[in-house]
Amino acid sequence: MKLTAHKRLIVWAFAFLFGSLGMAVAANDLSLQTSIFSPESAPADSIKHLSFLVLGISGVIFAVVTGMILYATVRFRQRPDDDGKEPPQVYGSNPVEAAWTIVPILIVVVLALSATRVIQEIQNAPKPESALDVVVTGHQWWWEFSYPKLGIVTANELHVPVSSPQKRLPTFLQLRSADVAHSFWVPRLSGKTDVIPNRHNQVWIEPQRAGLFVGQCAEYCGTQHAKMLLRVYAHTPEDFERWASEQKAVQAEGPQVAAGRMVFQRTACINCHTLDNTIADGRFGPSLSHLMSRETLGAGALSNSPANLRAWINNPSQFKPGVRMPAMNLSDSDLDQLVAYLATLK
Amino acid sequence: MNTSYTPSSIAGVLDTPTRKEGGKTIFEHLHEWATTVDHKKLGIMYIVYGLIFFLVGGVEASLMRLQLARPDNHFIGPQLFNQLFTMHGTTMVFLVGMPIIFGFANYLVPLMIGARDLAFPRLNSFGFWLSVMGGLILYFSIIGGMGMTGAGSMPDVGWFAYAPLTGKAFSRGNSTDYWTIGVLVGGFGSIATAINILTTIVCLRCEGMTLMKMPLFVWLSLVVSGMVLLAIGPLTAAQIMLLLDRYLGAHFFDTQAGGSAVLWQHFFWIFGHPEVYILIIPGFAIASEIIPVFSRKAIFGYPVMVGATVAIAFVSFGVWAHHMFTVGMTSIGNTFFVISTMLVGVPTGIKLFNWIATMWGGKIRLATPMLFCIAFLFQFLIAGLTGIMLAVAPFDWQLSDSYFVVAHFHFVLVGSLLFTIFAGIYYWFPKVTGRMLSEKLGKWHFWLFFIGFHVTFDTMHVPGLLGMPRRIYTYEASRGWGTLNLICTLGVAIQAVGILCFVANILWSLRSGKRAGRDPWDAWTLEWGTTSPPPEFNFSKSPVVKSRRPLWDIKHPSDPDWKYE
Amino acid sequence: MSTATIALTSEQSASNPNRGRVGMFSLIAAESAIFTIFVVAYLFYLGQSLSGPTPQQVLRLPILNSVCLISSSLTIMFALRALGNGARGAFLLWWAATIALGGYFLIGTGIEWKRLIYSEGLTIQTNLFGTTFYSLVGLHAFHVLVGLVMLLIVLLLALAGAVKKEHTARAEILSLYWHFVDAIWIVVFTVVYVIGR
Repeated sequence: MKLTAHKRLIVWAFAFLFGSLGMAVAANDLSLQTSIFSPESAPADSIKHLSFLVLGISGVIFAVVTGMILYATVRFRQRPDDDGKEPPQVYGSNPVEAAWTIVPILIVVVLALSATRVIQEIQNAPKPESALDVVVTGHQWWWEFSYPKLGIVTANELHVPVSSPQKRLPTFLQLRSADVAHSFWVPRLSGKTDVIPNRHNQVWIEPQRAGLFVGQCAEYCGTQHAKMLLRVYAHTPEDFERWASEQKAVQAEGPQVAAGRMVFQRTACINCHTLDNTIADGRFGPSLSHLMSRETLGAGALSNSPANLRAWINNPSQFKPGVRMPAMNLSDSDLDQLVAYLATLK
Repeated sequence: MNTSYTPSSIAGVLDTPTRKEGGKTIFEHLHEWATTVDHKKLGIMYIVYGLIFFLVGGVEASLMRLQLARPDNHFIGPQLFNQLFTMHGTTMVFLVGMPIIFGFANYLVPLMIGARDLAFPRLNSFGFWLSVMGGLILYFSIIGGMGMTGAGSMPDVGWFAYAPLTGKAFSRGNSTDYWTIGVLVGGFGSIATAINILTTIVCLRCEGMTLMKMPLFVWLSLVVSGMVLLAIGPLTAAQIMLLLDRYLGAHFFDTQAGGSAVLWQHFFWIFGHPEVYILIIPGFAIASEIIPVFSRKAIFGYPVMVGATVAIAFVSFGVWAHHMFTVGMTSIGNTFFVISTMLVGVPTGIKLFNWIATMWGGKIRLATPMLFCIAFLFQFLIAGLTGIMLAVAPFDWQLSDSYFVVAHFHFVLVGSLLFTIFAGIYYWFPKVTGRMLSEKLGKWHFWLFFIGFHVTFDTMHVPGLLGMPRRIYTYEASRGWGTLNLICTLGVAIQAVGILCFVANILWSLRSGKRAGRDPWDAWTLEWGTTSPPPEFNFSKSPVVKSRRPLWDIKHPSDPDWKYE
Repeated sequence: MSTATIALTSEQSASNPNRGRVGMFSLIAAESAIFTIFVVAYLFYLGQSLSGPTPQQVLRLPILNSVCLISSSLTIMFALRALGNGARGAFLLWWAATIALGGYFLIGTGIEWKRLIYSEGLTIQTNLFGTTFYSLVGLHAFHVLVGLVMLLIVLLLALAGAVKKEHTARAEILSLYWHFVDAIWIVVFTVVYVIGR
């Protein structure tokens, strides 16, 4: 019979599809980098547990109702030897309608209550005294991080301490935008919260384990929305102290970079960037202080090395078409000197 | 009935163009169609218009999927990609979805209620041509040239155009204005058509057809028209405000002057959420006509179906901020919208169960329209479940603006709405043209599209769960999304072949399809009581009905519906 | 086979409402949705302006304007009553009065705007109050203008002798629109000049 042959084909097709999906996910460990099912922080963890409940309930409903659809399709098919008479006409049934109204309402009540509890837990979490404060400012297309109590301003790579039950050190992020709407999303640390101009939003994270957690902007914000990446480095409290003091310390500069520093200060760089120990006080672009302490350039567009830095300064659009930083059109010697200088900024 | 009557309908168009004596030239045909106020011709034009833009939108989607098939791909750059997703979304919602649902209602409602035409035939034509104008304005942006403040070119602000990205400061040139004005003009067309359909249903039903004896398709069209009247206004208002901001220096969404970007979101989604119900309820309407006929049973629970739809319509105006869970509303605000969104899921589920109950105990004929409807039931179940999941706000905090949401709404708009549209086309094509579509090609169309759809959109949930946001033109290899995206792209190829089968089916069947006769499916509503295609005046005598299935009563005089209803 | 063209009116059974009325009410519903959003924006932004003149500083109650507009609802009702009775002269008089009152309202609005722009320095660009004020009041004024144009067309048709007693129902449908415009003014007046100050 035609249908059976087709049905078999469909079953095989789906088996193949889900098989490959499973393999694709399993084979690639790195895919768990941004998985919402690999939380390492309290908010993300609460969400994961809630999602298991939700997926579980949905899975049961899916199985039951799909079963009903398949059963009805197969069981009540018109047979080849049909007598052509119409089947009994059933116009409705109040008890049946009541049943499949009440059961969904109960399910919905359970889900709504669970959701409410987690909303309270996350949104109205009290802020401990020991919490770290960071002001996050979203720009087109990079992230500014400022630690007001520590006097540190950096970009794109957020460093925070790890928290433990004995010593709670969550980080509370105040979200601001300098231009359009963005969204701060590091899936393994918390759900996303939008970064909207003229609005003060807040999100908190509490990493339980040291390591690197990645994410990116999650609200379309223009040409390079795709390359507005986030890197959150969770350190042990001691390592975090060390990082903070390094950031606060006066910029160490290598010798023989005076020429490069000259190039920097007499070029348009100073209009957009801030850099300690120079006259540069621009706010449009990220601060360049301790530039070489960062692992990436251009909000994750390329990894940070003197060679990449040179290429970036020469033509940023090559790596991030549409980026707001123009090609600086420096002569080769100027560029060499400049990069030699910037490369010493650890 | 007169079998020699040759209606001046679609069949005539295919006659040899140059024959002057007795026939019409191609120009006369074009003139007739361009100036027609006949609901049947306008209905066909709406659907053809929508299907053409469906192909355009499909190309836009395919280009994006090619770019995303591999990490760090350089097939399409960011500027074009951002324009493509904006145009794809705007096209599919406003130039495909809305026209097609209006096309179906336009064609079918007068026939189903035994009327001669819509209440305001000239307004009907006006509404159609406004919609066409809107689409042309939007697509003119492709060649739009340099304006005072910069280049034209396709809008790239996303189909919901969030502020302040759409402000003059961040969207220079005229591209955003093509979006705003194109959609605005189309919106006026939608309001005009909604007024027309609503008035027709309220005022022009034939004798004996009380509100509770109308076909469900007509009831749901009434509900949809009411929703359009109330939902399009907020979008129109917001777009006027945006134009005032951009051209007269107003500050509605100007955050520098104290304006609120979130206010645009509220206004847009107060339109946007009812809009998605406006799009899907006609799909429900089509399924509610086809499933009973192909199960050989009356629809199960007609009054409950009506009540559930009205409930959905009301509640759908109170759930909009579930699109804004990440915006930073208070916990009370978030909780309210969790509850209201879950609430709207209950009547929606009731309808699903009623369709299954209609099939239960029937004699199901698995012809192409029914295949599409059964797939619709399955896919709409999934869409509804992922919707309920997303209604759990903390879950949405992770998955909003990710590919999980993209998968969810494609299950609604493609897996549910488009499947029912295909079902409706296979079901009513015989009535419109007098010829059947090929069952063989239909089954090829169905299976290819079904498989391709699931390959793409089942898979698509996974990158969302793995942290992939939407609207990104590329992604790093280290994210681990590459294989999954490749699978999604491969599914598109399968779907494309299915669509080719569909187009081939239509073109072939117009010329060579089996003659349909008046009532090829042995159905029960009034449109099957007149010729195929219907004469210009629809019915030679105004019908008188006594039940919801007037033709059932005629075919079963000893066992008519009105004894049991 | 009877191919009698079915006149549309015979399809309306006695119990079904009139097409024009249903259509006009539907239009009014859609327009109300648009106005509601502008009112919401106005209320949302009350007191939020970063600078510039405030409503209390510059707005004066447009009493005469409002009285004129609201009375025009009365005059149009009188006009329709006259038309229903076949009193053509009375109909023309009351209809023209309606137009005059509506026209005065528009002129008065224009005068008020001139004062606000030139003497008080309030434009749509000035601040949030300016933005929401001009757009809400302007949207309403635009609808008054459209109404006036339609009333004028009917007046010209009537002067040419084309408007007769049997057109009363249709003229009534137009008057529904005019009443709607007046009702919106009551809302706008309350929101802008009473609550807003």
